[in-house]
Amino acid sequence: MSGPEQSLFDVEEMEINFGPQHPATHGVLRVKLKLDGEKIMEAKPIIGYLHRGTEKLFETMDFPQCIPHTDRMDYVAAATNNQGFCVTMEKLLGVTIPPRAAYIRMILAELQRLASHLVWLATHAVDIGAITPFFYTFRERDAILDLFEEYCGARLTLNTMKIGGVPYELPEGWLDRCSALVDGFNAHIDEYESLLTENRIWKKRTIGIGVVSAEDAIEWGLTGPPLRGSGVKWDIRKIFPYDHYDEIDFEIPIGKNGDTYDRYRVRIEEMRQSVRILRQCIDRLPDGPHMARVPKVLRTKEEGMVYASVEAPKGELGYLIVATEKGTAPYRCRVRPPSFVNLQALPAMVEGHLVADLVAIIGTLDIVLGEIDR
Amino acid sequence: MSDDKEITPPETPETEDVSPEQAAGEKQPLSDEEKAAKVAEAKARAAAKKAAEDAEPKPPWEEKPAPPVHEDAADDPDAAALETEIPGSVMAADRYAGDVTLSVPAGRIVEICEFLKNERAYTFLVDLTAVDWLEREEGRFDVIYWMHRFDDSNRLRLRAIVADEQPIASVVEVWRTANWMEREVYDLFGIVFEGHPGLERILTWEGFNGHPLRKDFPLEGIDTGAAIYPDVYPPGGGPPPEETEESEGGAP
Repeated sequence: MSGPEQSLFDVEEMEINFGPQHPATHGVLRVKLKLDGEKIMEAKPIIGYLHRGTEKLFETMDFPQCIPHTDRMDYVAAATNNQGFCVTMEKLLGVTIPPRAAYIRMILAELQRLASHLVWLATHAVDIGAITPFFYTFRERDAILDLFEEYCGARLTLNTMKIGGVPYELPEGWLDRCSALVDGFNAHIDEYESLLTENRIWKKRTIGIGVVSAEDAIEWGLTGPPLRGSGVKWDIRKIFPYDHYDEIDFEIPIGKNGDTYDRYRVRIEEMRQSVRILRQCIDRLPDGPHMARVPKVLRTKEEGMVYASVEAPKGELGYLIVATEKGTAPYRCRVRPPSFVNLQALPAMVEGHLVADLVAIIGTLDIVLGEIDR
Repeated sequence: MSDDKEITPPETPETEDVSPEQAAGEKQPLSDEEKAAKVAEAKARAAAKKAAEDAEPKPPWEEKPAPPVHEDAADDPDAAALETEIPGSVMAADRYAGDVTLSVPAGRIVEICEFLKNERAYTFLVDLTAVDWLEREEGRFDVIYWMHRFDDSNRLRLRAIVADEQPIASVVEVWRTANWMEREVYDLFGIVFEGHPGLERILTWEGFNGHPLRKDFPLEGIDTGAAIYPDVYPPGGGPPPEETEESEGGAP
């Protein structure tokens, strides 16, 4: 692959560090840039500033003790992290969860997807220079966090799922408040769209920026909105349905050009689909227990390796758990973080663009460093 | 004294309640046959109740968990195709919880992956990682490849066993996404991927001594010789600078 063309002036390349302490890197991401004027000739992401050895810690803990630690990986989408771990553990132990538990999980996960996409939209827009959407999106995000707080007592690191179901029954009147929020949500999405979708500056800053073809997206292992933005119809909720997503009717939005604008449209449409899923879950919420009958001490039967994944807001979040015979802790727990794999495509995406576009492309990948560095 | 008085009244009705029954029992003591009949009746009732419970199946979430079991997966079409194309490449095929794992020789991993990608349409590498089995005889590490095929949404896992200090060929040429994943495995396990375009540490810093996800690496961490606060970390507490290269292998 040949690099981008040099500009006419024979100037020396300049090397600068972008981050790790830079507000537009969404955490402690450092990108080493080789610049020709404003043009990026080469970019090299350097990560690991937030490495806490979560996978090593998992090996020393009982299975249920691992769940609070999953919160701290993708900390803007804690519920889907919990869900991924619990789904994998249920596959390993052979537990079937009651339908009510599955529906409560889906409600929590979709609320979390909305909250995560709202954070993405707010910060992405601020990075590009539109500060107004921030005030609107955080208003709704706060309402969602209020619902979480009422359900499990926490707003950010939720620890809201258990192996075998969910820890609590829904509080009195919670479903009505959730329902009211869901009913009014599409109007809010219209509000955000009225600020950005047809905005000339927004379009100039995002159309044709960070283009990824479908083949490249697959080659880079992209998942989630970055893959769908390139036109690949892929969603774990559809291809490997977990909980009860197979009973829910929803679409997978896809883009066409694979640029930053398409990924924006995909995420906006995903929010509308989440609202649709939430509506169905609330209407159909079955009665019954919220926990399956699982033993007090969870013990695996034999040596084995199990992988399961969920569609996190950022992409495919997978857990590979290696169990030993009669073990109460994972022998090895590998997390396949979507942000880690998606960020790998950054150098190819920014080559030849301007420094200001780097900010837009980091934003469109929607990375969370807590998950990348683990 | 007053306490005694308060306690006694509740006792009285109890004895009054019991005594007529006892009196009745004394009047008509049960014969052995009657007792046997009653026991048999109770047993029959319990059996009938159990039968009714069995007939009405419990929902799966009330049942005991049913963990998956290992099955032979030699009939898997991918395993068969791989064995035909590259004889000796499938050393074992196992199906567990619905996922197929093929054990393959580490020396031929690139050949095998290329075949699976080009001929069997596994175009998407989902994950690449490793597992440390410290004392295992066949070799210390499992390197795990987990791939996806779009046509029928099928997934396949490869497992290659490598010994400590034994390198394995890089598959970056096959799937570009393996680049960072192999760097991570190298960083955390110390497995060297030959032919990797830039095998550097990725999560820990360059010069870090040891590979944290190895089972013999202490959980509390090691003294990395940081000289930021000499009063807390005295000089000489860590490895000398020339030994901070990754060639060391295991942690002290």
